[in-house]
Amino acid sequence: MSNSFLKQYGSEIFTLTVEHLWLAGGAMLFAIAIAVPAGIWLTRSPRWATPVIGAANILQTIPSLAMFGFLLPLPWLGERAARIAILALTAYALLPILRNTYAGIRGIDPSVIEVARALGLTGSQRLFKVELPLAASFIFAGIRTATVTCIGIATIAAAVGAGGLGELIFRGVASVDNRLVLAGAIPAALLALAADAGFGLLERRFRVPA
Amino acid sequence: MSAAVEFRNVSVESPQGRLLLDDISLSLEEGTITVILGRSGSGKTTLLRTVNRMVEPTRGDVLVKGQAFAADKAKSIRTFDLISLRRSMGYVIQETGLFPHLNVERNVGMVLEAEGRPREERIRRSHELLKAVELDPATFAERLPHQLSGGQRQRVGLARALAAEPRILLMDEPFGALDPLTRSEMQDMLRGLLNRLKMTVLLVTHDLDEALFLGERIVLLSEGKLVASLGPEEFMRSSQPEIAAYVCAYHRGERNAENREREGRG
Repeated sequence: MSNSFLKQYGSEIFTLTVEHLWLAGGAMLFAIAIAVPAGIWLTRSPRWATPVIGAANILQTIPSLAMFGFLLPLPWLGERAARIAILALTAYALLPILRNTYAGIRGIDPSVIEVARALGLTGSQRLFKVELPLAASFIFAGIRTATVTCIGIATIAAAVGAGGLGELIFRGVASVDNRLVLAGAIPAALLALAADAGFGLLERRFRVPA
Repeated sequence: MSAAVEFRNVSVESPQGRLLLDDISLSLEEGTITVILGRSGSGKTTLLRTVNRMVEPTRGDVLVKGQAFAADKAKSIRTFDLISLRRSMGYVIQETGLFPHLNVERNVGMVLEAEGRPREERIRRSHELLKAVELDPATFAERLPHQLSGGQRQRVGLARALAAEPRILLMDEPFGALDPLTRSEMQDMLRGLLNRLKMTVLLVTHDLDEALFLGERIVLLSEGKLVASLGPEEFMRSSQPEIAAYVCAYHRGERNAENREREGRG
């Protein structure tokens, strides 16, 4: 890429990268806020685990372009493309976080939970002092997968006009300009790699030696 | 002497309707060590777990220091009572159940932490307890459970159970997973400790040797029924067939050991 290209598009790439981060980050915040408590709840009511995780699984199988299309005609949501994008990305991010939160807590050595109960830890003490710390590495692994997926799918959000780096990719495809396609794809890939590395670090930091 | 724990016609059914405990009545005198002996599946662990309500009796009551938790009123027990009941008892199990993400010091101090006691007190108390179970705090306080041997883990589990100065200590096969040498060291340490602490102890084992060494009263369970509740000498002299079978197996073990020793010498 020549200097003149960067001079021409540099600030736009920057703005779209921030927008992209905003879409993916917003969706991740919603997804974490929903999926972690839901995963905890499932460990308390395991009979709901199969249907709820199944539902999250089905959400994940909807092709992203179709998902954006479905949401477009909805009132309020349809008014702002960013709303649609964040909702759709949230839906995609749910499954890995939900599944890992549930599996992470269920996977804790039963004798540890048994003693926590027998020592008289309250429900919330058990959750915050024992279960969440022990499942944290798993939960971060789920968040890591979800974030990488989200950053990738967020490029498609440009199709409904939500902005983000997909904007450059779509424009590049339309005008057969590979430089534009790369100007969108490279930063998106870098964001995904950075998120992967960052959450990978957290995942290892919280891993508990057996 | 008064009863610290009293089982009144306690029966427990599994969710599938199998009778795990059948009309057990028994009282544990304050400050004594009672050992529950029996084969696997005889209901030993279930009986132990009714004391701290990890298992809810289907019929009958378990009274702790005169405090009744009637089974039919189980639903109305407030969580608060259950929590304070459990905090008033120590609990040690074979698998130790140490919190793998917390160091020894925090494992030991967990009940105090749950009660919101200040950090200095928790540290002071956990160091005291580590000394009581013969672990040097300077060496062990900062270690994580995976850095300990089986015997050391069990010592930490015991220290943790004693942290809140419980009057009742429940132990479920505490030394079952240890090698014979470590096991007998632990038994020595436990006996010394319990002599000093004068707690009411209920210990589950399938090992008659351990029962004789530690127990002031031996309770034999078979298929959920209470077969006998006797002092160690009476137990060894009893002619009751279930007891005799146990004692006979025990003597055979002793003879085998003697034979091995003799062969070794010869």
